[in-house]
Amino acid sequence: MAERESKQEAQGASNHGMAHVAPAWLLIGTFVALLSLTGATVAVTNFDLGRYNLYLAMGIATAKAMLVALFFMHLAFDKPVNALYLLTALVFVALFVSLSLMDSVHYQPDVKSFVQGAP
Amino acid sequence: MSGTDHGTSSTIHSEHSHLAHHFETPQQQYESGKQGMWLFLATEILLFGGLFCAYAVYRRNQPEIFYYGHQFLSVKWGGINTVVLIFSSFTMAWSVRAAQLGQNRTLIACLILTLLCACGFLGIKGIEYHEKWKHGLLWASRYKPVHHPEAKTQRANVKGPEGEKANLNALAAKPAATALPGTTLPTTATLTQEKTTLPQPATPPQGTVMAAVREEEAAIHGEPKKAAVFFSIYFAMTGLHGLHVIAGMIAILWVLFRAMRRQFGPAYFAPVDFVGLYWHLVDMIWIFLFPLLYLIH
Repeated sequence: MAERESKQEAQGASNHGMAHVAPAWLLIGTFVALLSLTGATVAVTNFDLGRYNLYLAMGIATAKAMLVALFFMHLAFDKPVNALYLLTALVFVALFVSLSLMDSVHYQPDVKSFVQGAP
Repeated sequence: MSGTDHGTSSTIHSEHSHLAHHFETPQQQYESGKQGMWLFLATEILLFGGLFCAYAVYRRNQPEIFYYGHQFLSVKWGGINTVVLIFSSFTMAWSVRAAQLGQNRTLIACLILTLLCACGFLGIKGIEYHEKWKHGLLWASRYKPVHHPEAKTQRANVKGPEGEKANLNALAAKPAATALPGTTLPTTATLTQEKTTLPQPATPPQGTVMAAVREEEAAIHGEPKKAAVFFSIYFAMTGLHGLHVIAGMIAILWVLFRAMRRQFGPAYFAPVDFVGLYWHLVDMIWIFLFPLLYLIH
Protein backbone atom coordinates (compact mmCIF):
# COMPACT_ATOMS: atom_id res chain seq x y z
CA MET A 1 0.00 0.00 0.00
CA ALA A 2 2.83 2.35 0.86
CA GLU A 3 4.34 1.68 -2.56
CA ARG A 4 1.04 2.41 -4.22
CA GLU A 5 0.51 5.68 -2.42
CA SER A 6 4.01 6.88 -3.15
CA LYS A 7 3.52 6.04 -6.83
CA GLN A 8 0.27 7.95 -6.85
CA GLU A 9 1.87 10.92 -5.18
CA ALA A 10 4.58 10.82 -7.78
CA GLN A 11 2.07 10.91 -10.60
CA GLY A 12 -0.04 13.53 -8.89
CA ALA A 13 -3.16 11.41 -8.87
CA SER A 14 -5.99 12.61 -6.68
CA ASN A 15 -8.11 9.46 -6.70
CA HIS A 16 -6.74 7.43 -3.82
CA GLY A 17 -8.63 4.20 -3.34
CA MET A 18 -10.33 4.15 -6.75
CA ALA A 19 -10.20 0.39 -6.59
CA HIS A 20 -8.75 -2.35 -4.47
CA VAL A 21 -5.25 -3.44 -5.40
CA ALA A 22 -4.92 -7.20 -4.97
CA PRO A 23 -1.89 -8.00 -2.81
CA ALA A 24 0.72 -10.25 -4.40
CA TRP A 25 0.26 -13.06 -1.86
CA LEU A 26 -3.45 -13.18 -2.63
CA LEU A 27 -2.90 -13.56 -6.38
CA ILE A 28 -0.21 -16.22 -5.91
CA GLY A 29 -2.33 -18.04 -3.30
CA THR A 30 -5.34 -18.09 -5.61
CA PHE A 31 -3.19 -19.38 -8.47
CA VAL A 32 -1.75 -22.21 -6.36
CA ALA A 33 -5.21 -23.12 -5.04
CA LEU A 34 -6.57 -23.25 -8.61
CA LEU A 35 -3.73 -25.54 -9.70
CA SER A 36 -4.24 -27.88 -6.72
CA LEU A 37 -7.97 -28.09 -7.36
CA THR A 38 -7.30 -28.88 -11.04
CA GLY A 39 -5.02 -31.72 -9.91
CA ALA A 40 -7.69 -32.91 -7.47
CA THR A 41 -10.45 -32.96 -10.08
CA VAL A 42 -8.30 -35.07 -12.42
CA ALA A 43 -7.24 -37.39 -9.57
CA VAL A 44 -10.76 -38.16 -8.34
CA THR A 45 -11.75 -39.58 -11.73
CA ASN A 46 -9.63 -42.61 -10.78
CA PHE A 47 -12.11 -43.51 -8.05
CA ASP A 48 -15.54 -44.89 -8.81
CA LEU A 49 -17.99 -42.93 -6.66
CA GLY A 50 -21.03 -43.57 -8.84
CA ARG A 51 -23.05 -40.46 -9.51
CA TYR A 52 -21.06 -38.61 -6.85
CA ASN A 53 -18.22 -38.36 -9.36
CA LEU A 54 -20.26 -35.76 -11.24
CA TYR A 55 -21.27 -33.90 -8.08
CA LEU A 56 -17.68 -33.84 -6.86
CA ALA A 57 -16.37 -32.62 -10.23
CA MET A 58 -18.99 -29.86 -10.32
CA GLY A 59 -18.28 -28.95 -6.69
CA ILE A 60 -14.57 -28.54 -7.40
CA ALA A 61 -15.30 -26.55 -10.57
CA THR A 62 -17.63 -24.26 -8.62
CA ALA A 63 -14.98 -23.75 -5.93
CA LYS A 64 -12.45 -22.84 -8.64
CA ALA A 65 -14.89 -20.45 -10.32
CA MET A 66 -15.55 -18.80 -6.94
CA LEU A 67 -11.82 -18.31 -6.36
CA VAL A 68 -11.49 -16.68 -9.78
CA ALA A 69 -14.55 -14.46 -9.23
CA LEU A 70 -13.73 -13.41 -5.67
CA PHE A 71 -10.02 -12.68 -6.03
CA PHE A 72 -8.96 -12.46 -9.69
CA MET A 73 -12.14 -10.56 -10.56
CA HIS A 74 -12.04 -8.55 -7.30
CA LEU A 75 -15.66 -9.37 -6.39
CA ALA A 76 -14.67 -9.84 -2.75
CA PHE A 77 -13.67 -6.17 -2.59
CA ASP A 78 -16.17 -4.72 -5.05
CA LYS A 79 -19.55 -3.13 -4.72
CA PRO A 80 -22.10 -5.91 -4.08
CA VAL A 81 -24.10 -4.87 -7.15
CA ASN A 82 -21.52 -6.51 -9.44
CA ALA A 83 -21.79 -9.79 -7.56
CA LEU A 84 -25.55 -9.43 -7.84
CA TYR A 85 -25.32 -9.32 -11.65
CA LEU A 86 -23.26 -12.51 -11.65
CA LEU A 87 -25.61 -14.30 -9.25
CA THR A 88 -28.70 -13.19 -11.20
CA ALA A 89 -27.26 -14.64 -14.40
CA LEU A 90 -26.46 -17.90 -12.60
CA VAL A 91 -29.98 -18.09 -11.12
CA PHE A 92 -31.50 -17.73 -14.58
CA VAL A 93 -29.20 -20.39 -16.03
CA ALA A 94 -30.16 -22.71 -13.15
CA LEU A 95 -33.84 -22.01 -13.81
CA PHE A 96 -33.37 -22.67 -17.53
CA VAL A 97 -31.51 -25.95 -17.01
CA SER A 98 -33.79 -27.29 -14.28
CA LEU A 99 -36.99 -26.54 -16.20
CA SER A 100 -35.51 -28.22 -19.27
CA LEU A 101 -34.71 -31.31 -17.21
CA MET A 102 -38.26 -31.59 -15.85
CA ASP A 103 -39.39 -34.34 -18.22
CA SER A 104 -36.21 -36.39 -17.99
CA VAL A 105 -37.83 -38.72 -15.42
CA HIS A 106 -39.62 -40.36 -18.35
CA TYR A 107 -36.34 -41.46 -19.86
CA GLN A 108 -34.89 -42.87 -16.66
CA PRO A 109 -36.03 -46.51 -17.21
CA ASP A 110 -33.93 -46.56 -20.41
CA VAL A 111 -30.99 -44.96 -18.64
CA LYS A 112 -31.18 -47.46 -15.78
CA SER A 113 -31.26 -50.42 -18.14
CA PHE A 114 -28.15 -49.05 -19.84
CA VAL A 115 -26.31 -48.53 -16.55
CA GLN A 116 -27.17 -52.04 -15.36
CA GLY A 117 -26.22 -53.58 -18.71
CA ALA A 118 -22.82 -51.86 -18.70
CA PRO A 119 -19.81 -53.95 -17.63
CA MET B 1 -25.03 12.24 -6.22
CA SER B 2 -23.50 15.37 -7.69
CA GLY B 3 -22.35 17.77 -5.06
CA THR B 4 -20.05 19.49 -7.53
CA ASP B 5 -21.16 22.64 -9.28
CA HIS B 6 -20.28 23.38 -12.86
CA GLY B 7 -17.08 25.19 -11.95
CA THR B 8 -15.47 22.34 -9.99
CA SER B 9 -16.67 19.82 -12.56
CA SER B 10 -14.83 21.55 -15.36
CA THR B 11 -11.72 21.81 -13.19
CA ILE B 12 -11.87 18.06 -12.60
CA HIS B 13 -12.28 17.49 -16.34
CA SER B 14 -9.30 19.62 -17.19
CA GLU B 15 -7.22 17.71 -14.62
CA HIS B 16 -8.17 14.27 -15.95
CA SER B 17 -7.77 13.86 -19.66
CA HIS B 18 -9.42 10.41 -19.50
CA LEU B 19 -12.60 11.69 -17.88
CA ALA B 20 -15.49 11.76 -20.35
CA HIS B 21 -17.67 14.85 -20.16
CA HIS B 22 -20.75 12.96 -18.99
CA PHE B 23 -19.09 11.74 -15.80
CA GLU B 24 -18.58 13.77 -12.67
CA THR B 25 -15.44 12.12 -11.34
CA PRO B 26 -12.92 9.48 -12.45
CA GLN B 27 -14.28 7.27 -9.68
CA GLN B 28 -17.80 7.45 -11.07
CA GLN B 29 -16.54 6.77 -14.60
CA TYR B 30 -14.56 3.75 -13.44
CA GLU B 31 -17.42 2.26 -11.48
CA SER B 32 -19.94 2.82 -14.27
CA GLY B 33 -17.61 1.10 -16.70
CA LYS B 34 -17.11 -1.80 -14.36
CA GLN B 35 -20.85 -2.15 -13.82
CA GLY B 36 -21.37 -2.18 -17.59
CA MET B 37 -18.70 -4.86 -17.96
CA TRP B 38 -20.40 -7.05 -15.36
CA LEU B 39 -23.73 -6.65 -17.12
CA PHE B 40 -22.07 -7.79 -20.33
CA LEU B 41 -20.50 -10.76 -18.53
CA ALA B 42 -23.97 -11.69 -17.23
CA THR B 43 -25.24 -11.89 -20.83
CA GLU B 44 -22.20 -14.02 -21.71
CA ILE B 45 -23.10 -16.45 -18.93
CA LEU B 46 -26.64 -16.64 -20.32
CA LEU B 47 -25.24 -17.30 -23.81
CA PHE B 48 -23.16 -20.23 -22.58
CA GLY B 49 -26.09 -21.21 -20.34
CA GLY B 50 -27.99 -22.35 -23.43
CA LEU B 51 -25.18 -24.72 -24.33
CA PHE B 52 -24.83 -25.99 -20.78
CA CYS B 53 -28.58 -26.64 -20.87
CA ALA B 54 -28.27 -28.71 -24.06
CA TYR B 55 -25.44 -30.61 -22.41
CA ALA B 56 -27.49 -31.27 -19.25
CA VAL B 57 -30.56 -32.51 -21.13
CA TYR B 58 -28.61 -34.90 -23.36
CA ARG B 59 -26.35 -36.14 -20.61
CA ARG B 60 -29.27 -36.87 -18.27
CA ASN B 61 -31.27 -38.71 -20.91
CA GLN B 62 -28.47 -40.43 -22.81
CA PRO B 63 -25.45 -40.81 -20.54
CA GLU B 64 -24.03 -43.58 -22.75
CA ILE B 65 -23.16 -41.22 -25.62
CA PHE B 66 -21.20 -39.02 -23.21
CA TYR B 67 -19.39 -41.94 -21.70
CA TYR B 68 -18.56 -43.24 -25.17
CA GLY B 69 -17.61 -39.84 -26.61
CA HIS B 70 -15.36 -38.66 -23.80
CA GLN B 71 -13.00 -41.57 -24.44
CA PHE B 72 -11.86 -39.80 -27.61
CA LEU B 73 -10.82 -36.67 -25.71
CA SER B 74 -7.34 -36.50 -24.25
CA VAL B 75 -7.30 -35.71 -20.52
CA LYS B 76 -3.61 -34.87 -20.96
CA TRP B 77 -4.23 -32.09 -23.50
CA GLY B 78 -7.35 -30.90 -21.70
CA GLY B 79 -5.48 -30.76 -18.40
CA ILE B 80 -2.52 -28.89 -19.90
CA ASN B 81 -4.93 -26.40 -21.44
CA THR B 82 -6.64 -25.91 -18.07
CA VAL B 83 -3.30 -25.12 -16.45
CA VAL B 84 -2.32 -22.80 -19.34
CA LEU B 85 -5.58 -20.89 -19.01
CA ILE B 86 -5.34 -20.64 -15.21
CA PHE B 87 -1.80 -19.31 -15.56
CA SER B 88 -2.98 -16.75 -18.12
CA SER B 89 -5.69 -15.66 -15.70
CA PHE B 90 -3.01 -15.25 -13.05
CA THR B 91 -0.81 -13.09 -15.31
CA MET B 92 -3.88 -11.07 -16.32
CA ALA B 93 -4.78 -10.43 -12.67
CA TRP B 94 -1.17 -9.44 -12.07
CA SER B 95 -1.23 -7.01 -15.00
CA VAL B 96 -4.25 -5.24 -13.46
CA ARG B 97 -2.26 -4.93 -10.25
CA ALA B 98 0.75 -3.63 -12.16
CA ALA B 99 -1.41 -1.04 -13.95
CA GLN B 100 -2.90 0.12 -10.65
CA LEU B 101 0.57 0.52 -9.17
CA GLY B 102 1.96 2.27 -12.24
CA GLN B 103 4.49 -0.50 -12.97
CA ASN B 104 4.39 -0.18 -16.73
CA ARG B 105 7.12 -2.71 -17.57
CA THR B 106 5.51 -5.39 -15.40
CA LEU B 107 2.19 -4.57 -17.02
CA ILE B 108 3.60 -5.08 -20.52
CA ALA B 109 5.39 -8.29 -19.52
CA CYS B 110 2.24 -9.74 -17.93
CA LEU B 111 0.09 -8.85 -20.93
CA ILE B 112 2.58 -10.49 -23.31
CA LEU B 113 2.64 -13.61 -21.11
CA THR B 114 -1.16 -13.71 -21.14
CA LEU B 115 -1.17 -13.44 -24.93
CA LEU B 116 1.40 -16.24 -25.25
CA CYS B 117 -0.72 -18.48 -23.01
CA ALA B 118 -3.76 -17.72 -25.16
CA CYS B 119 -1.77 -18.73 -28.26
CA GLY B 120 -0.68 -21.91 -26.50
CA PHE B 121 -4.26 -22.70 -25.57
CA LEU B 122 -5.46 -22.27 -29.15
CA GLY B 123 -2.49 -24.28 -30.45
CA ILE B 124 -3.34 -27.22 -28.20
CA LYS B 125 -7.02 -26.87 -29.12
CA GLY B 126 -5.89 -26.99 -32.76
CA ILE B 127 -4.01 -30.25 -32.17
CA GLU B 128 -7.11 -31.73 -30.54
CA TYR B 129 -9.44 -30.56 -33.32
CA HIS B 130 -7.04 -31.91 -35.92
CA GLU B 131 -7.13 -35.36 -34.31
CA LYS B 132 -10.94 -35.33 -34.31
CA TRP B 133 -10.96 -34.18 -37.93
CA LYS B 134 -8.59 -36.93 -39.02
CA HIS B 135 -10.84 -39.59 -37.52
CA GLY B 136 -14.08 -38.11 -38.78
CA LEU B 137 -15.27 -37.34 -35.27
CA LEU B 138 -17.12 -34.19 -36.20
CA TRP B 139 -20.50 -32.67 -35.43
CA ALA B 140 -23.97 -33.88 -36.46
CA SER B 141 -24.08 -34.97 -40.12
CA ARG B 142 -20.30 -34.51 -40.45
CA TYR B 143 -19.81 -37.27 -37.86
CA LYS B 144 -18.32 -40.04 -39.99
CA PRO B 145 -16.10 -42.14 -37.78
CA VAL B 146 -13.67 -44.03 -39.94
CA HIS B 147 -14.78 -47.63 -39.55
CA HIS B 148 -16.59 -48.35 -42.81
CA PRO B 149 -16.82 -52.01 -43.86
CA GLU B 150 -14.60 -51.24 -46.88
CA ALA B 151 -11.89 -50.09 -44.52
CA LYS B 152 -11.95 -53.45 -42.82
CA THR B 153 -11.59 -55.40 -46.06
CA GLN B 154 -8.84 -53.14 -47.25
CA ARG B 155 -7.03 -53.65 -43.97
CA ALA B 156 -7.48 -57.38 -44.18
CA ASN B 157 -6.17 -57.40 -47.73
CA VAL B 158 -2.97 -55.73 -46.74
CA LYS B 159 -0.25 -58.38 -46.92
CA GLY B 160 2.73 -57.71 -44.75
CA PRO B 161 4.63 -54.58 -43.87
CA GLU B 162 5.01 -53.24 -47.42
CA GLY B 163 1.31 -52.86 -48.04
CA GLU B 164 0.80 -51.41 -44.63
CA LYS B 165 3.48 -48.86 -45.27
CA ALA B 166 1.93 -47.85 -48.57
CA ASN B 167 -1.40 -47.54 -46.86
CA LEU B 168 -0.02 -45.25 -44.19
CA ASN B 169 1.85 -43.19 -46.75
CA ALA B 170 -1.34 -42.65 -48.67
CA LEU B 171 -3.00 -41.66 -45.43
CA ALA B 172 -0.29 -39.15 -44.67
CA ALA B 173 -0.49 -37.74 -48.18
CA LYS B 174 -4.02 -36.50 -47.81
CA PRO B 175 -5.00 -36.13 -44.18
CA ALA B 176 -7.81 -33.67 -44.89
CA ALA B 177 -9.57 -36.12 -47.15
CA THR B 178 -10.08 -38.68 -44.41
CA ALA B 179 -13.05 -36.86 -43.00
CA LEU B 180 -14.91 -36.86 -46.28
CA PRO B 181 -17.58 -39.44 -47.05
CA GLY B 182 -16.46 -42.55 -48.87
CA THR B 183 -12.92 -42.37 -47.60
CA THR B 184 -11.69 -45.73 -46.50
CA LEU B 185 -8.11 -45.35 -45.43
CA PRO B 186 -7.81 -45.07 -41.64
CA THR B 187 -9.38 -47.52 -39.26
CA THR B 188 -10.59 -47.60 -35.73
CA ALA B 189 -7.25 -48.98 -34.68
CA THR B 190 -5.78 -45.53 -35.08
CA LEU B 191 -8.89 -44.15 -33.50
CA THR B 192 -8.48 -46.13 -30.32
CA GLN B 193 -4.85 -45.11 -30.12
CA GLU B 194 -5.84 -41.49 -30.14
CA LYS B 195 -5.75 -41.02 -26.40
CA THR B 196 -2.06 -41.76 -26.31
CA THR B 197 -0.44 -40.81 -29.60
CA LEU B 198 -1.06 -40.30 -33.24
CA PRO B 199 -0.75 -43.38 -35.44
CA GLN B 200 2.94 -44.14 -35.74
CA PRO B 201 4.33 -44.27 -39.25
CA ALA B 202 5.96 -47.59 -38.34
CA THR B 203 5.38 -50.88 -40.11
CA PRO B 204 3.39 -53.22 -37.88
CA PRO B 205 3.49 -56.96 -38.63
CA GLN B 206 0.43 -58.71 -39.94
CA GLY B 207 -0.67 -59.89 -36.50
CA THR B 208 -1.21 -56.27 -35.54
CA VAL B 209 -3.39 -55.78 -38.57
CA MET B 210 -5.65 -58.64 -37.55
CA ALA B 211 -5.79 -57.34 -33.97
CA ALA B 212 -6.69 -53.98 -35.37
CA VAL B 213 -9.63 -55.49 -37.24
CA ARG B 214 -10.83 -57.17 -34.06
CA GLU B 215 -10.49 -53.98 -32.08
CA GLU B 216 -12.38 -52.19 -34.77
CA GLU B 217 -15.30 -54.60 -34.55
CA ALA B 218 -15.44 -54.12 -30.79
CA ALA B 219 -15.44 -50.37 -31.25
CA ILE B 220 -18.32 -50.51 -33.73
CA HIS B 221 -20.23 -52.80 -31.42
CA GLY B 222 -19.81 -50.50 -28.42
CA GLU B 223 -20.74 -47.33 -30.24
CA PRO B 224 -24.08 -45.84 -29.17
CA LYS B 225 -26.49 -44.80 -31.90
CA LYS B 226 -26.32 -41.07 -31.39
CA ALA B 227 -22.61 -40.69 -30.63
CA ALA B 228 -22.61 -37.70 -33.00
CA VAL B 229 -24.55 -35.71 -30.40
CA PHE B 230 -21.56 -35.74 -28.08
CA PHE B 231 -19.31 -34.31 -30.77
CA SER B 232 -21.90 -31.70 -31.76
CA ILE B 233 -22.02 -30.50 -28.16
CA TYR B 234 -18.24 -30.76 -27.83
CA PHE B 235 -17.60 -28.61 -30.89
CA ALA B 236 -20.36 -26.12 -30.08
CA MET B 237 -19.11 -25.55 -26.53
CA THR B 238 -15.36 -25.58 -27.14
CA GLY B 239 -15.82 -23.71 -30.45
CA LEU B 240 -17.77 -20.86 -28.87
CA HIS B 241 -15.24 -20.80 -26.05
CA GLY B 242 -12.42 -20.70 -28.60
CA LEU B 243 -14.05 -17.72 -30.32
CA HIS B 244 -14.13 -15.98 -26.95
CA VAL B 245 -10.43 -16.70 -26.49
CA ILE B 246 -9.73 -15.07 -29.89
CA ALA B 247 -11.88 -12.05 -28.95
CA GLY B 248 -10.02 -11.83 -25.64
CA MET B 249 -6.67 -11.93 -27.44
CA ILE B 250 -7.71 -9.01 -29.66
CA ALA B 251 -8.75 -7.05 -26.56
CA ILE B 252 -5.49 -7.87 -24.77
CA LEU B 253 -3.52 -6.83 -27.85
CA TRP B 254 -5.34 -3.48 -27.84
CA VAL B 255 -4.56 -2.97 -24.13
CA LEU B 256 -0.95 -4.00 -24.78
CA PHE B 257 -0.53 -1.33 -27.48
CA ARG B 258 -1.97 1.27 -25.15
CA ALA B 259 0.30 0.10 -22.33
CA MET B 260 3.32 0.47 -24.65
CA ARG B 261 2.28 4.09 -25.15
CA ARG B 262 2.28 4.47 -21.36
CA GLN B 263 -1.40 5.32 -21.22
CA PHE B 264 -2.14 3.48 -17.97
CA GLY B 265 -1.31 4.30 -14.40
CA PRO B 266 -2.84 4.57 -10.94
CA ALA B 267 -5.24 7.26 -12.16
CA TYR B 268 -6.45 5.37 -15.21
CA PHE B 269 -6.36 1.59 -15.57
CA ALA B 270 -10.00 0.82 -16.39
CA PRO B 271 -9.38 -0.84 -19.81
CA VAL B 272 -6.84 -3.25 -18.30
CA ASP B 273 -9.25 -4.09 -15.50
CA PHE B 274 -12.26 -4.64 -17.78
CA VAL B 275 -10.38 -6.74 -20.34
CA GLY B 276 -9.12 -8.71 -17.34
CA LEU B 277 -12.68 -9.33 -16.16
CA TYR B 278 -13.59 -10.66 -19.60
CA TRP B 279 -10.52 -12.88 -19.68
CA HIS B 280 -11.32 -14.33 -16.26
CA LEU B 281 -14.83 -15.16 -17.42
CA VAL B 282 -13.40 -17.07 -20.38
CA ASP B 283 -11.20 -18.96 -17.90
CA MET B 284 -14.18 -19.64 -15.63
CA ILE B 285 -16.17 -21.18 -18.47
CA TRP B 286 -13.28 -23.48 -19.34
CA ILE B 287 -13.09 -24.49 -15.66
CA PHE B 288 -16.57 -25.99 -16.13
CA LEU B 289 -16.02 -27.33 -19.65
CA PHE B 290 -12.95 -29.35 -18.69
CA PRO B 291 -14.60 -31.74 -16.18
CA LEU B 292 -17.89 -31.84 -18.10
CA LEU B 293 -16.32 -32.92 -21.39
CA TYR B 294 -13.02 -34.61 -20.52
CA LEU B 295 -13.54 -36.15 -17.09
CA ILE B 296 -16.70 -38.22 -17.43
CA HIS B 297 -16.61 -41.22 -15.17
